[in-house]
Amino acid sequence: MNSLTAAVLSVELDRMNSTAMTARRQLHLPPPPASTFPHQPGSLLSVQDLTLEEVSRILIRATALEHQDPLTRDRILAKRRVALLFYESSTRTRTSFELAAKGLGADTTLVSSLSSSIEKGETLKDTGLTLRALGAEAIILRHNSSGAPWLLEEATRLPVLNAGDGMHEHPTQALLDLRTIISHLRPGINHLEGNTLSGVCVTIVGDILHSRVARSNMLLLPRLGVQVVLCGPKELLPELAALTGPGISIERDLDAALRRSKVVMMLRIQAERLAGMQIDLEQYKASYQLTGQRLASFAPLALVMHPGPIIRGLELTAGVADGPQSVILEQVRHGVAIRMAVVERALKAGEREGCA
Amino acid sequence: MTALAIRGGHVVDPGGGIDAAKDILIKDGRVVEIAGPGKLKSANGADVLDATGLTVAPGLVDIHVHLREPGQGYKETIATGTAAAAAGGFTAVAAMPNTNPVNDSPDITRWMLAPERGAHIRVYPIGAATRGSKGEVLNDFAALKAAGAVAVTDDGHPILKDSVMRETLAAAARVGLSVIQHAEDTRMTQGASMNAGPAAFRLGLRGMPAEAESSLVERDIRLVTELRDARVHLHVAHASTAAAIAAVRQARRNGLRVTCEVAPHHFLLTDEHVAHYNTNAKMNPPLRSGADRDAMIEAILDGVVDAIATDHAPHATHEKEVEFENAPNGITGLETALGLCLRWLHREWKLPMGRVLSLLSAQPAALLGLKGRGTLTAGSFGDVVVFDPKAEWSYRVAETRSKSRNTPFDGWAMQGKVRWTISEGRVAYDSEANA
Repeated sequence: MNSLTAAVLSVELDRMNSTAMTARRQLHLPPPPASTFPHQPGSLLSVQDLTLEEVSRILIRATALEHQDPLTRDRILAKRRVALLFYESSTRTRTSFELAAKGLGADTTLVSSLSSSIEKGETLKDTGLTLRALGAEAIILRHNSSGAPWLLEEATRLPVLNAGDGMHEHPTQALLDLRTIISHLRPGINHLEGNTLSGVCVTIVGDILHSRVARSNMLLLPRLGVQVVLCGPKELLPELAALTGPGISIERDLDAALRRSKVVMMLRIQAERLAGMQIDLEQYKASYQLTGQRLASFAPLALVMHPGPIIRGLELTAGVADGPQSVILEQVRHGVAIRMAVVERALKAGEREGCA
Repeated sequence: MTALAIRGGHVVDPGGGIDAAKDILIKDGRVVEIAGPGKLKSANGADVLDATGLTVAPGLVDIHVHLREPGQGYKETIATGTAAAAAGGFTAVAAMPNTNPVNDSPDITRWMLAPERGAHIRVYPIGAATRGSKGEVLNDFAALKAAGAVAVTDDGHPILKDSVMRETLAAAARVGLSVIQHAEDTRMTQGASMNAGPAAFRLGLRGMPAEAESSLVERDIRLVTELRDARVHLHVAHASTAAAIAAVRQARRNGLRVTCEVAPHHFLLTDEHVAHYNTNAKMNPPLRSGADRDAMIEAILDGVVDAIATDHAPHATHEKEVEFENAPNGITGLETALGLCLRWLHREWKLPMGRVLSLLSAQPAALLGLKGRGTLTAGSFGDVVVFDPKAEWSYRVAETRSKSRNTPFDGWAMQGKVRWTISEGRVAYDSEANA
């Protein structure tokens, strides 16, 4: 992904404090680092590791696996070993990964930070090596530190599936969000191209700064032609968020953002990551809460999404969460299918290459 | 009496104004004669090093290293750190006081200088400015200086209180010591692990704003201005931001004694090099934006920067093999500084060889008043680096003499290979001897 071509910059050479004598020079600079990640073709560390072709393949496999007879499906990874390593609490992600792996016949084991030797000070590297020694063939990792999956993959050289790392990424969430969007806006399409979602505006609202879901979606959706609009207060949405990639802009006014949007993704304020930041919740709700009235006035046809967990009465009202535009539980359902596809990919990607 | 003659080389001694084919004679640790090829008068019986085709320069001087002793010998010892320094062409290093315990007393300073430490080259301890580097109570600078300290600093624990910093600058000036400040307003960098900016946002890491550095540099310069004492010397350690450099530039125009150093990683790398959470790209100050990096290059080329210093900061492998946010700050640098400076500053960016070497020897030595270092004029210490300026090679950290391997430059192309490093007339490094 990183270009190896040496960047070139010009430097104003201001000699002896003289403004009269300046020379313009072209300077060669050391190249940006070359990536050796992912080491394993089955790993899913970041949505940026996936080509559109690979994303398409995952969506196609998700649909096929979802429709396959469970009795034949569970032979696909029969008795293969998958470890779930969770350093943060989780309901949806953990359960759906577990159901996905089991649905393919794999044996799963869950290691969580509270009830394991992690409490005694064992490092991520040693925990990973231990799981590998116990026969794990892939590790699904949820971690509170951004970048932890890269460390784990480097240490174990096993396929690692990033189930959320700190404030960084949550690639399977972005894939299941994509599947949810496609199923409503482009039903039947499964081969993705750069313009598959052209003209679609997706607004992500709330605590963008601390959100790995936002980052993965910001990096994935524009590659299909989506205009991503970020909406939130300055404390939770710094201006430089728009520089994360192409196709991303900021709109501070929720009503204006809704008016453009076919999809609105609501985010929870991540109290556990605020690090002392004070948010006036009443003011926040007045500006950014998704209410039935707002929705009816500005985006009566938009899909309402939320990665969960939702806080009813904060980022959205109960009426919106349970209302006809909400696809929040559909997202959860798509999660199992997507995760079946990426778990299968984790354990089969190497094999496929080996056979080829 | 021991004597060593270095014959047939090309001497580049910016401090002594020499750039010519010369032979050098060192006796009893001092340069005694420098003469045209074959013209040494008193070289009879001296050991001879044949430097034909090689550059002979003053031994390099690094005024910012962490040797980790006392207290953290598993990362580095004075012996291993100075072995790495010698391999990199250095003959004098100034050691930061953030040891365990902190070097805030003459006893610890003397302990560091004791022959039992096994230093391969000259070590100059830097004393802590305040007791335990806690930023409250000033140490006895006269006593530290008498024990051998050449400057004071609280390094990684910058002095935030105006009153304490003002007192430090004034007290150090009275005894003729420089004050080195690691400029970081730590109130702005809590929980942050890299430079603030788009890269940090993308990586989901909390960022250290450039203002955390520049605002403290500006505060310190204001204090120097207010003190109105020509003896006050503020040295800005590892400047990394365009704004900090601009402040130093302005202070100098105003006639203040304010100097600064830049580390090779800050003129070569940017925060994009943190990609994939490489903990060997984690240090403090962090790798900055492309614009900041460009400003470092510009400042070196136009002469605002007084010294290249490595901030050699060894850490054990197990300490760096952790989550990025939990990894300690710092990278090693003693073995890569010369090769990177010649490869980039000299070859790519056309800074004359003499100026590159001056930034690595004469200027840092003068800055801290290290008498007899950084030059080859007669009477100076016999500190010499002999290197092949044309040699291109790749750095291999597996072969390092440091105890630690935390470098982002493993496998990088280097220019200029050290053949010998001579410390006070003794061969401290010989590239063809067994390590």
